[in-house]
Amino acid sequence: MVRLITHNLLACHAKNCTSNNFPLQFKDIEIELREAEFNPDFIRGFLPKLEWKALIDAAKQLGDTSLPSEQPEMIDDEFLKNLHHVLLEIHIEEGAMICPNCQHVYPISNGIPNMLLAEHEIG
Amino acid sequence: MSRPELIAPPEIYYGDVEATKYTNNTRIQQIQADMTYRALELLNLPPDEPAFLLDIGCGSGLSGEILDEEGYTWVGVDVAPSMLEVALEREVEGDLFLQDIGQGFGFRPGSFDGAISISVLQWLLNAETSHPTSSPPHRLTRFFTTLHSALRNPSRAILQFYPTSDDQIQLITSIAQKAGFGGGVVVDYPNSKKARKVFLCLFVGGGGSQV
Ligand SMILES: [Zn+2]
Repeated sequence: MVRLITHNLLACHAKNCTSNNFPLQFKDIEIELREAEFNPDFIRGFLPKLEWKALIDAAKQLGDTSLPSEQPEMIDDEFLKNLHHVLLEIHIEEGAMICPNCQHVYPISNGIPNMLLAEHEIG
Repeated sequence: MSRPELIAPPEIYYGDVEATKYTNNTRIQQIQADMTYRALELLNLPPDEPAFLLDIGCGSGLSGEILDEEGYTWVGVDVAPSMLEVALEREVEGDLFLQDIGQGFGFRPGSFDGAISISVLQWLLNAETSHPTSSPPHRLTRFFTTLHSALRNPSRAILQFYPTSDDQIQLITSIAQKAGFGGGVVVDYPNSKKARKVFLCLFVGGGGSQV
């Protein structure tokens, strides 16, 4: 399972790929929705870790437009519930993530991204 | 019985048969559970703050199930596809990645509130890996440097492992220090050959407010 909560934290880790290596771009994605327990404190605590624009773009690509383009100043329950759904309930099952800089392809199969690098890509 | 890390690299040693055997062995389950609870204790997370954790070498999710029960959100990485498949079958909640920790992580700075690892680091001490040109010190350096960056300041990483000598503990500790970690080694049951457990307790910043 990979969800937007981890996609939002993930940059390319190939050798010498240190700029413009985030966010990884989705390709040929298949998703599955699965309910997760709502924990407003966790979601609120996670807000400072998020790269908001990357999250909004990724959510859009997966067909979810429930979040505002700017992080709101007033954090209400409806916003937290939408964010919970976007971060934790959309599972990317198949497809790939591609580095915008070095074009390395991280395939996703059965919900698990393959982050293994080839010998010449290891830093 | 020979140590598994001396027989073959983990992704080969833990094929389908070994992955299932390992996961269904009640003795291993019990030891793994005990060490996970101990690691969480040493992690010393602030109470009532739901944390986001990294499980390094999550395997078939034996520790992950405990992290689920304890209410943590977590990410697990492992280099053995067969182990991850068993984890999927067991329906653990964490996001799983197929990853060789000796190649380092790509997580953004400050991503995790803490990290645990149970019975994994000894695999990094063996030169016989699927990447023959990478020496253990190089792989350990890559691992600790990128782990340090992925953790928030302050926080801790608790890594239980099975060293074969004090030299190995020395090597691992010195590389972790060079990567920026503070902390040291905690040994449980030091005088029991069977029960002895080594925990590498690494601190980012002060390692958290309560000591
Ligand atoms: Zn890249």
